[in-house]
Amino acid sequence: MNALRGKAAVVGIGSTKRWNAPGRTPFDQAQEAAVLALEDCGLSLRDVDGLFCSISSSGLPVLNMAEKLGIRPRHADGTMVGGASFLFHLQSAASALVHGLCDVALVVYGSNQLSAGGKLVSMPDPQPYEAPYRPRYPISSYALAAARHMHDYGTTREQLAEVALAARAWANLNPDAFARGPLTRDEVLASRMVSDPLTKADCCLVTDGGAALVLTRAERAKDLRAAPAYLLGTGTCVSHRQIAAMPDLSTTAAVESGRMAYAGAGLGPRDVGHVMVYDAFTITTLMFLEDLGFCAKGEGGAFVASGAIAPGGVLPVNTNGGGLSCNHPGMYGLFTVIEAVEQLRGSAGARQVAGCEVALAHANGGVLSSQATAILGTSATL
Amino acid sequence: MSTDARFDGPGPDDVFAVALAEGRILLQHCRACGATRHPPALVCVACGSADLGWIEPSGRGTVYSTTTVRERDGAYNVAIIELAEGARLMSRVDGIAPEAVAIGLPVTARIVVEPQPHLVFQPVGEWS
Repeated sequence: MNALRGKAAVVGIGSTKRWNAPGRTPFDQAQEAAVLALEDCGLSLRDVDGLFCSISSSGLPVLNMAEKLGIRPRHADGTMVGGASFLFHLQSAASALVHGLCDVALVVYGSNQLSAGGKLVSMPDPQPYEAPYRPRYPISSYALAAARHMHDYGTTREQLAEVALAARAWANLNPDAFARGPLTRDEVLASRMVSDPLTKADCCLVTDGGAALVLTRAERAKDLRAAPAYLLGTGTCVSHRQIAAMPDLSTTAAVESGRMAYAGAGLGPRDVGHVMVYDAFTITTLMFLEDLGFCAKGEGGAFVASGAIAPGGVLPVNTNGGGLSCNHPGMYGLFTVIEAVEQLRGSAGARQVAGCEVALAHANGGVLSSQATAILGTSATL
Repeated sequence: MSTDARFDGPGPDDVFAVALAEGRILLQHCRACGATRHPPALVCVACGSADLGWIEPSGRGTVYSTTTVRERDGAYNVAIIELAEGARLMSRVDGIAPEAVAIGLPVTARIVVEPQPHLVFQPVGEWS
């Protein structure tokens, strides 16, 4: 087990739930989320001395956030690895807290991706060896992985459709989800093909949004307002930038990040009662469930087709509705942790997982490039 | 100035681009372990050695994965090709309908200029 197990906790969460908010900048969304997360735990901006921030449209997000929030953090981390950034931050924050580099860590994100134009706000990171072939970014990269997964394991479009249907079924239990209402298998399968084999229905939403977490060391966490979600184990791994450089297109570095997180927590997939995996596309849910050990490699398609991840299934996955049906402001990772904490607190309403003690949040960045896993638990798991 | 002579001269992207403009395909090759890599870089992705040289590959390869990008003005192929020498790269397969490009299809490389030179592939035996 890892020296960080149970030593730090998420004590405050904030989500603006403003999925379509014209007139607000990414920093407006991020500031609001920060205020909400601090109010959630009863701490103030004056307490924050560790700042962790990543924003697609800003090259210097930590500087901008510190100025806007009026804080002078003594520790900061602006690691940018795409949508997984915030789980890299989470691991870094736990380490910084335990080693005394900061006492109150704020992890924060904001985006106006939908209201600013409805397209992925891409980072300035030209890829001259891809550009001549005009892949649609990022979907074609994920499509290449999906095609390879289908080739290697016989995964089908019908199985991918089950991921979208399960996400919508959960979203229908979440009043804060952006995409709610009936969705049929036929509608998903008849959706417009964008980059074979992925259709529009295989793609996450494009929304605005802001989210924040506040973390402290465990001894302080006990005295704050809400039940702490203790960080039991974390793992991160970066494997490539361009999809052609991914060593095996049907297996991700979630294998490594998951192994580290499980080892740190002293737990395995069977101990996890609630799972959040970054669903930028239907194929990512399926691959991460395999790579994190919730089913055997290659059996993700059959696993989701059995109804396992939908409400009433054996494994509650993406209970907020996920990136597919709840929200996806471009870098979704932080929302996986927010929902995990809601479930551990027992505050998830109609979608609450009964007796949820251990939750796993997993985030992805780039084109299956960066992977980060966090296992969180209630005080009963310490 | 005293620089490390191993890294003197044009960088590997430049070497590759200059050769391509002259109609030659170059592929980086590790003198320590024999692995190949593309796009070019300064170290071997397989063993970490900084002792990289260049070979002229056969141009033969197979489709490792493929997608058809559907735009309003038409569909086109994007593929990952695994070269016979081992390295994988993003490209496209011409001379066949985009949907007909299948994983495992044997292909061979050529250079097209549109307007910059770059590598594309065609099914083996089907190009003139």
